[in-house]
Amino acid sequence: MSTLSVAPAATPVRSRRGRWYRQPTLMAGLALLAVIAGMCFAAPLLTSFNPDTQNLQEPLASIGQYGHLLGTDQEGRDTWARLLFGGQVDLRVALLAVIFPFIIGTILGSLAGYFGSWVDAVIMRVIDIVVAFPFFVLVIALVFVLGSGEKSIYIAITAVGWVSYARITRGEITVAKRQEYVLAAQSGGLSSPRIIGRHLLPNVITQSIVYAMSDIVQNIVAIVTLSYLGLGIQPPTPDWGTMIANGQNFLTTQWQLTTIPGLAVVITGLALSLTGDGLADLLRPGSS
Amino acid sequence: MSGPASGRAQLEVSDLRVQIAGRHGVVHPVDGVSLEIAPGEATGLVGESGSGKSMTLRSILGLLPPEATVTSGKVVFDDTDLTRLPRSRLNKVRGAKIAMIFQEPMSALNPVMRVGNQIAEGPLIHLGMSRAQAARRAIELMQRVGIPDPERRFRAFPHEFSGGMRQRVMIAMALSCDPELILCDEPTTALDVTIQDQILRLLARLCRESGTSLMFVTHDLPVVAQVCHQVAVMYAGRIVERGTVSQVFSRPLHPYTLGLLRSAPDVDRPGQSLVPIGGSPPSLASPPAGCRFHPRCKFAEEDCKVSDPPLRLLDASRATACLHYERCLDEIGADT
Amino acid sequence: MSAQVMLEATGVEVGFPVGSSLGARLRHQQHVLHAVDGVDLTVRKGEALALVGESGSGKSTLARAIAGIQRTSRGQITLDGRVLPARRPSAERRKIQMVFQDPYSSLNPRLTVGGILRELLRAHHVVPRGEVDSHARQLLRMVGLDEDAMHALPRQFSGGQRQRVAIARAIALRPELLVADEPVSALDVSVQATILNLLQELRGELGLTLLFISHNLAVVRHLCDRVAVMYMGRIIEVAPTEELFRDPRHPYTAGLLAAIPRMTARDEGEAPAVRGDPPSPLRLPTGCRFRSRCPMAQPVCAERDPQLAPPGPGSEHSAACHFAWAAQAANAAETG
Repeated sequence: MSTLSVAPAATPVRSRRGRWYRQPTLMAGLALLAVIAGMCFAAPLLTSFNPDTQNLQEPLASIGQYGHLLGTDQEGRDTWARLLFGGQVDLRVALLAVIFPFIIGTILGSLAGYFGSWVDAVIMRVIDIVVAFPFFVLVIALVFVLGSGEKSIYIAITAVGWVSYARITRGEITVAKRQEYVLAAQSGGLSSPRIIGRHLLPNVITQSIVYAMSDIVQNIVAIVTLSYLGLGIQPPTPDWGTMIANGQNFLTTQWQLTTIPGLAVVITGLALSLTGDGLADLLRPGSS
Repeated sequence: MSGPASGRAQLEVSDLRVQIAGRHGVVHPVDGVSLEIAPGEATGLVGESGSGKSMTLRSILGLLPPEATVTSGKVVFDDTDLTRLPRSRLNKVRGAKIAMIFQEPMSALNPVMRVGNQIAEGPLIHLGMSRAQAARRAIELMQRVGIPDPERRFRAFPHEFSGGMRQRVMIAMALSCDPELILCDEPTTALDVTIQDQILRLLARLCRESGTSLMFVTHDLPVVAQVCHQVAVMYAGRIVERGTVSQVFSRPLHPYTLGLLRSAPDVDRPGQSLVPIGGSPPSLASPPAGCRFHPRCKFAEEDCKVSDPPLRLLDASRATACLHYERCLDEIGADT
Repeated sequence: MSAQVMLEATGVEVGFPVGSSLGARLRHQQHVLHAVDGVDLTVRKGEALALVGESGSGKSTLARAIAGIQRTSRGQITLDGRVLPARRPSAERRKIQMVFQDPYSSLNPRLTVGGILRELLRAHHVVPRGEVDSHARQLLRMVGLDEDAMHALPRQFSGGQRQRVAIARAIALRPELLVADEPVSALDVSVQATILNLLQELRGELGLTLLFISHNLAVVRHLCDRVAVMYMGRIIEVAPTEELFRDPRHPYTAGLLAAIPRMTARDEGEAPAVRGDPPSPLRLPTGCRFRSRCPMAQPVCAERDPQLAPPGPGSEHSAACHFAWAAQAANAAETG
């Protein structure tokens, strides 16, 4: 029918995006994470000791003494076992404590960014109020009020942490909604939830995901801090923060009680950072 | 329009080749370009995106991006090969002997420096003028390029000017050291039609008055017709046709030029149907064998697929890189 | 082509608040930028109407208001006799679809071409569910793309191909009116022809009415039946295409036409077609907004704002100038 020259079939462009396994930063981060998580969750295989069992015959054992790989703490509990089982707790809590703020923050941020006007005004005021307080002050206050324990940690961090995701998403969507493909979707009569969910979010979510990686690190530090202050994970459940707190009195004699868990926090943080950086590079659209 | 003044070329580009090493291999955006500009002459360099015209222009002054290098060829100006000059000596040529005007005046002007100071900078540095002298010269220039109220506007910043005015500022900067040659990289593409008209007339007048040569890069054929005497058409990193503007535009001798002329609507010939050039521009990483245009050429014959024809001189000013250029003449004959 | 009215815009105004009202008052400026400042426009069924102007004319804003993606501050738009509410229901939105200028931002980079088309087809139940895929393929064929395109992402296509996808998307909902906002301005010359030819063909095949926004008068003369010229938010002249080019009645139109670069060189020494720069839209002159640049401005032009008016009832040609119909044939002689 047409006298037009038919366009040549589109030649797929070989892009970096598809090759996630070729990204060195991402692979390094994931590998490190895998090692850490693997070790923690394979804890029963890596140690025969129970992290909670006190053994008052062997308090403050040195490295290698009595068959304890990293010695024991003042109540005779094996440090290596506590490190591994504590890692399970910390990793799990940090991950879960990121998901709720992520979801809530992204939704509220999208609504604020897309609809503007009073919706945006209300949400922004709430954000302003939350942001007025330093993160830790608010979290600690909330945990104090709610009582210590894992559930309180989730609630407190969610109540304070959603703000970052909301701001990121709101900013991205405010800009992205002016893109012409969004205007085209609007003029195509598509509903707002559909436009936000299908057209806008997939294009703007990458920033939030990358932020989430560093947020997990921040959560680990928060949990560790809370536990250090005695407000977080309650004994006898092991966790790195409590270990650091308890061990600090013995820094001169059994330095590993504090230093090793601290190192674990640092290495985990590094792994998450690398993963976040790698993801950021990977998810940056279209560069080929 | 008056033609070139004397026989000796002011700028001579010989077989220039520029290479970019990218992740997909080595690419030659400029692949053997030769042209000459006579003193006082305005030459247009036309092509579509990817033809290499901007890169050719920039390599004259060594303004290539870091990943691009001149691999062979010469750019001879004033008996010196500019491609071989060390940076310190090249800087004495830039701005002073050869000036450049860019497409986007907002990004080519320093946003935090007053306009007058930017125009005065050239004379200050290259001509050794005192501040007061340079400032006076800047005001003179602003007047010449048609900026109203120059004494007051001297102290203004670029963002206070409209697009057309900023372009005039750029032209004033380019003229500030009385260069022999001005390179223009799509200077009016970003401007409205009426402002473009003003700027093109200004450029043409200034060059007539001062005898400065121009090299004008654009994708817009009628714009070339307004300003230039000579024109060279580029495709896939090479020049495929050269001649005076009236020759090339009324009797093109290369199928690509013919295709360009026929695919753009001519405001003076509304009834003419548009004939697009089929296919798409070649990949510079792996250009087609033989003549680079042959996959899209309706006159292509067997020899076009095999041999890569160089640009051949047909007479003093006319050149074409097509083996069968007479076919173009037949087509034109059929048209008119 | 019938003279039946399809769309009518009456008294349309679109204003954007700029800065604070206090700041504006201190600077003796308006605090609302009237991008569209009182426009009456009629679009007839089956025609191709061009909306022409330079930057700041308001043509894009008006086009978006008509397409329903820009809220109007005042005035109303009726389609087929029915007034369109500010928030258009889906069924009404279908009837007016838009193609945008930038092929690189008008397609969702994360959806495949097939995904983009299918989504629209399903949302409006254009065809029964089972036929959505085959209909999408047919749309691609209509715009000259291979079926393989269904699975490809936008970034795998060239600019011209993306515009074809954008056109396929626009016609997917079987609109009555297609608003094309500079659809070829961002494309290479040789590709422009393909898209223009495509639009022409689709008009014929689908009986589309076309509202074509452009600053390129050559394209407009080639493609459109009627032209409306805008300046600083107002329509200052409307006429059938040939009549506009032959006999422009508003000094701005005459200037615009004279400013178009032509393939044959102009005489040297002519004054520019339109002098000066457009005024700031926040500080419009009293009376006629063109008078600061108009070669024939008279005292009355500062007192009274001319209305868009024909010489007499039944005429197809209107112009907003006090001297439009008193002007001599001198205008026509210059530009014809």
